[in-house]
Amino acid sequence: MPLDNPPAKRSFKTVGTRPLRPDGLDKVTGRARFGADATAPGLLVGRILRSPHAHAKIKSIDISKALALQGVKAVVTSADFADRTDGLRDVLVNVMARDKALYEGHAVAAVAASTAEVARKALKLIKVDYEVLPHVTDVDEAMKPGAPVLHDDMFTKGVEPAPTKASNIALRCEFGHGDVEAGFKQAAVILEDSFKTEATHQGYIEPHACLANIAADGQGELWCCTQGHFMVRDTCAQLLGIEVSKLRVTASEIGGGFGGKTTVFIEPVACALSKKAGRPVKIVMTRDEVFKASGPTSSASMDVKIGVSKDGRITAASATLRYQGGAFAGSPVEMGAMCAFACYDLENVKVVGYDVVCNRPKQAAYRAPGAPMAAFAVESIMDSLAKKIGLDPIDFRLKNAAKEGTKSSYGPTFGPIGLVETLQACKAHKNYAAKLGKNQGRGVSSGFWFNFGGQTCVSLNVNIDGTVGLSVGTPDIGGSRASMSLMAAEELGIAYEQVKTIIADTASLGYNDVTDGSRVTFASGLATIHAARDAIKKLCARAAKTWGIPEDAVVWEAGHAKPAGKNAGEFEPLSLAEIAATVGNTGGPVAGHCEFNAENAGPAFASHVVDVEVDPATGRTTVLRYLIAQDAGKAIHPTYVEGQFQGGAAQGVGWALNEEYIYGADGKLQNAGFLDYRVPVCSDLPMIDTVIVEVPNPGHPYGVRGVGEASIVPPLAAVANAVSDAVGIRLPQVPLSPPRVLAALTKDGRNAKS
Amino acid sequence: MRYEAPETLDAAVSLLVRAGGATKVLAGGTDLLVQMKAGTQEPDLIVDIKRIPEMRQITAEKGGFRIGAAVPSAELGEHKALVAAWPGVVEAARLIGSTQVQGRATIVGNLCNASPAADSVPAMMAADAVARIVGPNGTREVPVGEIATAPGKTTLAKGELVASVFLPARPAHAGDAYLRFIPRTEMDIAVVSCGISLALDGGKVASARVALGAVAARALLVEEAAKAILGSSLDEAALDRLAAACSAAAKPIDDKRGTKAFRIQVAGVLARRAAGIALKRAQAK
Amino acid sequence: MSGVHVSTTVNGDALEFVCDADETLLDALRNRLGLTGAKEGCGTGDCGACSVMLDGRLVCSCLVLGAEAEGRKVETIEGMADGEALHPLQQKFLEHAALQCGICTPGFLVAAKSLLERNADPSEHEVRFWLAGNLCRCTGYDKIVRAVLDAAAEMRKG
Repeated sequence: MPLDNPPAKRSFKTVGTRPLRPDGLDKVTGRARFGADATAPGLLVGRILRSPHAHAKIKSIDISKALALQGVKAVVTSADFADRTDGLRDVLVNVMARDKALYEGHAVAAVAASTAEVARKALKLIKVDYEVLPHVTDVDEAMKPGAPVLHDDMFTKGVEPAPTKASNIALRCEFGHGDVEAGFKQAAVILEDSFKTEATHQGYIEPHACLANIAADGQGELWCCTQGHFMVRDTCAQLLGIEVSKLRVTASEIGGGFGGKTTVFIEPVACALSKKAGRPVKIVMTRDEVFKASGPTSSASMDVKIGVSKDGRITAASATLRYQGGAFAGSPVEMGAMCAFACYDLENVKVVGYDVVCNRPKQAAYRAPGAPMAAFAVESIMDSLAKKIGLDPIDFRLKNAAKEGTKSSYGPTFGPIGLVETLQACKAHKNYAAKLGKNQGRGVSSGFWFNFGGQTCVSLNVNIDGTVGLSVGTPDIGGSRASMSLMAAEELGIAYEQVKTIIADTASLGYNDVTDGSRVTFASGLATIHAARDAIKKLCARAAKTWGIPEDAVVWEAGHAKPAGKNAGEFEPLSLAEIAATVGNTGGPVAGHCEFNAENAGPAFASHVVDVEVDPATGRTTVLRYLIAQDAGKAIHPTYVEGQFQGGAAQGVGWALNEEYIYGADGKLQNAGFLDYRVPVCSDLPMIDTVIVEVPNPGHPYGVRGVGEASIVPPLAAVANAVSDAVGIRLPQVPLSPPRVLAALTKDGRNAKS
Repeated sequence: MRYEAPETLDAAVSLLVRAGGATKVLAGGTDLLVQMKAGTQEPDLIVDIKRIPEMRQITAEKGGFRIGAAVPSAELGEHKALVAAWPGVVEAARLIGSTQVQGRATIVGNLCNASPAADSVPAMMAADAVARIVGPNGTREVPVGEIATAPGKTTLAKGELVASVFLPARPAHAGDAYLRFIPRTEMDIAVVSCGISLALDGGKVASARVALGAVAARALLVEEAAKAILGSSLDEAALDRLAAACSAAAKPIDDKRGTKAFRIQVAGVLARRAAGIALKRAQAK
Repeated sequence: MSGVHVSTTVNGDALEFVCDADETLLDALRNRLGLTGAKEGCGTGDCGACSVMLDGRLVCSCLVLGAEAEGRKVETIEGMADGEALHPLQQKFLEHAALQCGICTPGFLVAAKSLLERNADPSEHEVRFWLAGNLCRCTGYDKIVRAVLDAAAEMRKG
């Protein structure tokens, strides 16, 4: 659906206001029910036995002693899941190891027992005979000839001729256009460097939790915290070998996801245990399990080279990205390669990516998956180039910024986009003029994210009292129920409070893709608008019937059906509530529907400016100011848009400064807890300033663009550039942990003694 | 597992002596419950000492203070006279964990958990604090530096518990301070830390005690560091000597929280900074 | 494992439960008493999602044994509103959109309430450090801190 009117002329009544969220009261009173809050009569406790080894052959599993323990109702291993050869095989093997344990924490068996204590004892009674194998956890090491190979059937895709020797490189991909060699020859200045980022975790505060209740015939229900309950239903049904229609999945309130809850881990296991035990089973991950056995993001190793002319125009840009995605193919290196240079208008650009496996948990999406790492490398070089040629970092970016009509580095030509406006907003902001003191520095970075559309289905029901029930199928992870209600109210011309939006279960609504790709406000919102317009058409028809005039002689204005054309003024307008009150006499219930595959999600661009202070005696970085300008297209609920900007930036600051997966020489994770996996705490951050830029997306009637992900793309580089500005040396590896920064300062003789 | 909450010290000792299997004393529980959750401690008996009245008290004694084993850190910070006398010790105790943890964690628990990174221990060692140990054979008094021997290991015998810690009277013109390095602003375990207590005479350092945390298997009292500033007015040269002595005494390891090189270097930095704070406090008294 | 019988006061109500000796107060509240407002985010005292008041002190209920609640007073998020009337902090959290997913919200509210009971006029710095033991991964804390400061200002007006 295209933009309704030229944006300057469109005025909104409800959209753009900041009402309280419909689920708010439950969430401030403790009533909201999250994944672990469900219970059921006869509930059993499910627990999972996990590999203590980074890489090991599973020679045998003896469950007999566990089964014999009083209170144990079921034990499952990979033998309880039929093997498969389709696209779900990796998911299956990740959910329950088959012949090999591929990472520390890989599930190898599970029990359902009457109490947590019995379950704990039962796990100790399961005897797994392992043959420990050599392991590899670093991406560069995993690519070397002679590295321990995880899968003997992995032959690098995207290479001609196809390799005949198995390796840990799942895929080679390439994007770009023009002639980079020729472009570099035109450059006056060329800078290149190699960069590394460490794996981070989404760090949602709610551990994975689910409650399965499956009968012996396969019929049943599953309650879980997920970003996509339709995905959970389809996956669990297939892994268990039951019909999709038999399984009803309800999405609980979700305590954060950020991409990490877009796949299954414990859900198929709970279903299998429940089916076998004939009783409901709840599995709740411990925090330790979340770190070791859910889906952190990739670590990356990257080379970037950019050349510029004397006046600061980029003549060529190239990059090689190597991302490890854990024990299975599927790191987000392709998206990283597509995003790397998407901010810039380039004639010559080439990016090569390698998807690499190693003995770590299978990565899952994390907010703009793949983009923050690539942006860190590219925007670090951009910063060095600006300094080298003596241009203000914002001016340098403006000189090269992608705009409408730019052929993007990944292929498509951009429509209207807001990168330039975000950079201008940063330049005009007071933070950019703030004076910096001793040991302080300022960093700038921009970032891009595609934004997704996807399969979406919503249903809008008009109630007899004139209120409206809106059922959507995309779990609300940041306030989307409020946004949906705002859009429905806008269309229907009724008050926000009159619309109640819920997340419907999988039996009540058609299929919806997971909540990801910043797609919900765009795609579910677009479907909501369609459904509302569908309902309006029907409401107008009922008015026409009441008045005895043709349906097309009725228009909908400000929440009322009005006679139009030659009948204009003939009848008193009928409000939605008035029509709703008599639907029983005019043809029955009124509902609006939409099911479609949403397209034309407008891309998002963000620019960040951060000021830091570095303690030259300890290498510790303090964030002093933080500014975000991002294009939202049209902010439906501006407060939640700001919240998305701020949350993404805070996560990016964590990634830049202290968050990292630390592996020991034994291939085991050293910091599987919030004590040593250091996410930013309240006292670590300043207030986070935001500017909402609105360049309407022509693919949405109000101009909406997704906002959830672009905000995590710039911070790694913005912080690194600020640190570099403060201390005078560039650090090509995040996190910029104090030992790393102090070592670099000391090596350079720039450290202070007190 | 059995849970007991005796109301007298004698009853607690008697429970500990009679216990057959693994036994743990529960004060604040902010370490013990974490270890139980991780499965690294599986006690058969827990003796909760928080219902023993004297364990909950801070008492003025001989010009100093006796702090019961179950007094949470938050209460130390609310005790004005204690804060005035030993600000460094109280600051160290107040750095342990979050506000929530402060409501539970105790300095005696911090001591008996025997982590080399325990925040309150270097500060107490600098303050020359003495632990009172009660057991089946009566009571003994031991400098706090002699409780921990290695991570998780103490010199306490079966049936013994630390009932209190005594902070002596603060001499005239004296001050103490404690600093630790952590990557974030809160919620981390010390990567390296330093406690200093010093007294002045005529503007010169007349006595000093310097202790380091997280640089060895247990907190270290660094006599060379104290000697390095004795008789000085903490001028730049004295501070250089202090920092060098602290760095030289540090024998840390590389681990997930920091590198050996970082700890050695920052031990000196923290010592200089802590000495500066202690000096100001001493001058103010 | 032998059960421990506990008589305690939760949100002003005299309640009893039987729990395992090694069971946390958090598990007892959630699984024995059906009070699921306090959440387990880590089980190690690092995230604050399980914050409750125990005899007037803010604690992580995951670091307290259920058995320790004997004779004590426990206050949880479920006791914060007075019937239909929200506590000013709850109202300000809604108005400032200080929550996105909401899993950390009960812990933040309980912790913030204990701050304002001790310090009616905290600075931003004091709010940030008091709440450092409550992790929020959604908001970047900005709107949470604003909500607490605003609630404090409103409560000072009376």
